[in-house]
Amino acid sequence: MREVVVLGVGMTPFGVHSAPLRELFAAAALEALAGSGVEGREVEALFVGQCLGAFEEGQLNLAPFLAAELGLPASAPATRFEGACASATVAIRHGALMVAAGVHDLVICGGVERATAMDTELATTTFAMASHADHEGPAGLTFPGVFGLAAHLYAAKHSLPLPELKAAMARVAVKNHAQALHNPLAQFRKEITVEQVLSGPMIADPLQLLDCCPFSDGAAAVVVAAAERFRDRMKVPVFLAGLGQGSAGSLLAQKDFTKSPARRASIKEAYRQAGIGPGEVDVCELHDCFTIAEIIASEALGFFEDGQGAAGVMRGETGMGGRIPINPSGGLKAKGHPIGATGAAQVYEIVRQLRGECGPRQVEGARIGVVDTLGGDLSTVCNLVLRRG
Amino acid sequence: MAGYPLSSEEFKDDLAKGILTGLKCSACGEWTLPPQAVCSACGGAELTKGRVSPAGTIRSYTVIRVAPQGFKPPYLVALAELDDGPWVLGNIDGLGEGIGPEEAGMDLIGRRVQVGARFPAPHPQRAGSRPAVFVFTLLNPDIP
Repeated sequence: MREVVVLGVGMTPFGVHSAPLRELFAAAALEALAGSGVEGREVEALFVGQCLGAFEEGQLNLAPFLAAELGLPASAPATRFEGACASATVAIRHGALMVAAGVHDLVICGGVERATAMDTELATTTFAMASHADHEGPAGLTFPGVFGLAAHLYAAKHSLPLPELKAAMARVAVKNHAQALHNPLAQFRKEITVEQVLSGPMIADPLQLLDCCPFSDGAAAVVVAAAERFRDRMKVPVFLAGLGQGSAGSLLAQKDFTKSPARRASIKEAYRQAGIGPGEVDVCELHDCFTIAEIIASEALGFFEDGQGAAGVMRGETGMGGRIPINPSGGLKAKGHPIGATGAAQVYEIVRQLRGECGPRQVEGARIGVVDTLGGDLSTVCNLVLRRG
Repeated sequence: MAGYPLSSEEFKDDLAKGILTGLKCSACGEWTLPPQAVCSACGGAELTKGRVSPAGTIRSYTVIRVAPQGFKPPYLVALAELDDGPWVLGNIDGLGEGIGPEEAGMDLIGRRVQVGARFPAPHPQRAGSRPAVFVFTLLNPDIP
């Protein structure tokens, strides 16, 4: 397999947009292309994560329209990837694999979503479609509900009093909001307090409003290329060094789904390809769709022993300047979570961290970064290890 | 459907009669329920239909307060582990006389339940599905 580099990245602000999916993606993609010093007509293929366009705009088969927007040639395959909230990471992994395999030398990957085009009830309904339609949907399970189940299961399993877990979850929210203050593209740029988190309306017990990420619109894009042809163009090359993806069945088929078997399989493969272990990771963007999700992910990625993630948050180990800074961008929680674009925005942040471009939210000297994106009921997990050359 | 060991239609027909039908794996001995193409524990394809005990234990729960279309919050969703091994997801329709779902607490976890089912009308945006929902009835409720 050939070495794969990221040439350029682009991202729109996350939040509420009125522009259509095409325009949002094009804005991120043009920035990524310009930063790469290439034009759309040179790009050999497009891989885009997109989840709910059918409900947002009545749009299917979006990928070729995006390719046309950007001036890709007729010979360029353009393909949409749907892996719920992991859609963009899955798209990037497949684009990188096509480059690694020698099929293409230069591709554009990314994702786009416009969740706020739907009202809260329709968005709740369509997001829930990523649960098992036969075994979970009919019970009225929602995504906050999935992670409400996770929080109670985690507390019971580790004999952790619920108020202690809730305090750690609130700290995750406070930390990620504080980090987003320094991210000009974040949806929420305001500090919050533990008291505010713990006094918000209940959404799905024990998750309160500020335990939950928002509905968001936005896009992000990544130009991926063969290192043998393109690495000389880059001042600070960033390599896609490990590409993992795992799969699991419904929550009930996973039984104790807080162990996240798909994530453990995915990250193991990504670490193996990169030849590293969790102790060598300098910075991580992981899937904090809900505060408990960050704690569970930090354990499955190997940063903490099982059951120790909550205590690690309380000790500040996941904050800026901590042992393993998690979500310097503000994470899904505060940066926003346009589901089809999220993974590409995580890659955007890690690439800029490894290039040392993040200003006040920079993790000093970061050389190795990890991206973790989860789709559905912990049923799709995709992990990327990026390394500064 | 040829080759599929127990269709979801047959599974739901049994459920409507009050029978929980599972698939027992010849290779590892685990039960798979609801049915799928191969054993959910080991992937074994040699499966035998059999009756599974409806007794189980609550492993987790949540109260849904912001609901999808067609659902009236608040309501309880729970995960239960059946005595025969499989975990199932369903609703707890009642905590007891006059006790609303908002009053559910961590003491629900570990409570013994009996698993039944109800069959709501098809959801307008799920045209292809015949919905069946597990319903957990708490056993030996602690009446104050």
